[in-house]
Amino acid sequence: MAQLTYRDAVARGIAQEMARDEDVVFLGEDIAKAGGVFKATVGLLEQFGPLRVRDTPISEQAILGAAMGAAMTGLKPIAEIMFADFIAVCYDYIANEFPKSRYMTNGQVKCPLVVRVGNGGGARFGAQHSQSIENWVMQFPGLKVVAPSSPVDIVGLMAAAVRDPDPVIFIEHKSLYATTGEVPDGEIVDTLGTAKILRTGSDCTLIALGMMVPRALAAAERLQAEEGISCEVVDVRSLVPLDTQTILGSVARTHRVFTIEENPRVLGWGAEIVSIIADEAFYDLDGPPVRITTPNIPLPASDILEDLAIPSVGRIFETVLRSMRS
Amino acid sequence: MAKSPKQDRSVTAVVNDDISEAKRLEMFRAQVLMRQAEQRAFDLFLENLVKGTSHLSLGQEAIAAGVAAAMEPGDLSFCTYRGHAHTLARGVPVEKVLGELMGRDNGLMRGKGGSMHLTSVEHGVMGSYAIIGAHLPIACGAAWRAQYKGQSDVSVCFFGDGTTNIGAFHEALNFAVIWKLPVVFVCENNLYMEYTPISEVTAVEHPAADRASAYGLPRIIVDGNDADEVYRTMLEAFRKARSGEGPSLIECLTYRHSGHSRADPAKYRPEGELERWKLRDPLTIYKARLREFGVSEADMKAIEDDVKRVVDEATEACKAAPFTSTDILFTDVYADGGWAWRN
Ligand SMILES: Cc1ncc(C[n+]2csc(CCOP(=O)(O)OP(=O)(O)O)c2C)c(N)n1
Ligand SMILES: [Mg+2]
Repeated sequence: MAQLTYRDAVARGIAQEMARDEDVVFLGEDIAKAGGVFKATVGLLEQFGPLRVRDTPISEQAILGAAMGAAMTGLKPIAEIMFADFIAVCYDYIANEFPKSRYMTNGQVKCPLVVRVGNGGGARFGAQHSQSIENWVMQFPGLKVVAPSSPVDIVGLMAAAVRDPDPVIFIEHKSLYATTGEVPDGEIVDTLGTAKILRTGSDCTLIALGMMVPRALAAAERLQAEEGISCEVVDVRSLVPLDTQTILGSVARTHRVFTIEENPRVLGWGAEIVSIIADEAFYDLDGPPVRITTPNIPLPASDILEDLAIPSVGRIFETVLRSMRS
Repeated sequence: MAKSPKQDRSVTAVVNDDISEAKRLEMFRAQVLMRQAEQRAFDLFLENLVKGTSHLSLGQEAIAAGVAAAMEPGDLSFCTYRGHAHTLARGVPVEKVLGELMGRDNGLMRGKGGSMHLTSVEHGVMGSYAIIGAHLPIACGAAWRAQYKGQSDVSVCFFGDGTTNIGAFHEALNFAVIWKLPVVFVCENNLYMEYTPISEVTAVEHPAADRASAYGLPRIIVDGNDADEVYRTMLEAFRKARSGEGPSLIECLTYRHSGHSRADPAKYRPEGELERWKLRDPLTIYKARLREFGVSEADMKAIEDDVKRVVDEATEACKAAPFTSTDILFTDVYADGGWAWRN
């Protein structure tokens, strides 16, 4: 067992899979010699060599297209799109190519690849380098989407994503790269489509993802200590497949639910979850589901403004308290 | 280029010049098959038996035939929505193609893909892509796999003149060159993007070839209505790709006889243009070539008749085939065979 940063966990997760399977290859901008702009892939070039860890030009379409062609014909590529926002310049592959090739060809074409993206705000990078793009990618039948919130989940879900026969978008949170956590020694393989209950509670359920997970946990801590409100915290981890049963099970126990989403409000992942709860667990609820999100605005660069926009521990605390008391 | 007919046809393996008679007959038959199968697809549309859209290669068959004749088994084709000819050229049965267009259970993808997405992995047809430019990078990826694994297959990517103006074209060319990938880019310049002449929207005269130098590649333009020319050019491109010398970009000059898609009467063409190009119909050119090398009218007619029989039989089989079964609506969204996105 070792303390590892979320950043180092990325390299460890990729290395675990590359060591296991020669068909796993890795490509992206500045990922090899430079070790990644977030330094999350340091050492991979040295360990696996330039044929398997390849720097590319600034050609996001070529990166994802090449990953797809390689995946279709026998490799298991991991592609990095540096900032998640850049998905927009290669969206064709996400929207039209990866997820539809199997279906359109009646099962002839496979597409086992992983696209890693650096997602989310908190780094004061402004509107084009800070977005939470979960809802850009979770809407396409045929894609899978995971968003780990801890170093151990990074390693385990990376393994699950690489071994999965479907295309997986692997969402890393840029503002979590420096965080640390316990990671057991040896091989770690997690399971896609599984949420985790990180804290049990009896009064309400907080459903969170990515950087909102540590904030939800901190808010739950304060709500318990200061107000005696017992919150269960669910880390969704996998948006597709979605572990609806864990979520519905928690709601059935607590009868109140809050989603905590970093994305701007419209069509965030929480909207889909709340709609499932409304369909399938309406009579379990003692009050309306509440979505705590970034307001529907682009993200500003200033730290003061960005902190106002993205749900903070304070805002989660206040919103839950107000709703639970009303 | 040597074109003098060889008189002695008594030996079985007749060598016309650098191309054998057997190879020429293979290319002739392929072109006849594409022509007849696509004309049949059009007729079936008029009978309301083909729904949706389709994009025919009538007039462009020499490219598909010449490229395919130079390919080895195991080489991969990446096509566009105008992909019937390239799919047939790799040996996919006519019945499977027409069945797909007709939404029948015997179709290549049982009706799940349709005309624009013909795919037959077992024949090396790795897909027909309908988003302009998307498949150029994908072909690079397949070529990267061959390079990485030390496999000898080459990936061939077909696209139109209009496709040279989208970013993916330029990303793919640069990428293929810097990684020295075994991929051949074949531009079918039929003078029009959809309805707009390519010359009105392109900075250079030859949309593919005039861009080649930007990527350190030679400028290659061939007569795309002459299967022999295409075949010879492709042989060299394949040699280069297989010997680790990297990609080629080949611009084939051609013309489509029909509109862009079925909805298009092609009113935008200047008067006489179609007629002029029909004089250079690839089948006319090729029959003259065969004649030159001593193939008899009867032999050519026999091939045409045999192809007609094949297309007729395929048509009847498709008409008799059941429509696709509705239980495949939910299959193959994910690799587990199903569509479940939640538990
Ligand atoms: C990204 C994208 N833009 C536009 C279209 C619509 N479209 C379909 S075919 C076509 C023309 C393509 O021209 P060209 O590359 O010359 O191929 P051709 O149809 O002549 O074979 C266009 C604009 C598309 N399918 N994809
Ligand atoms: Mg064109």
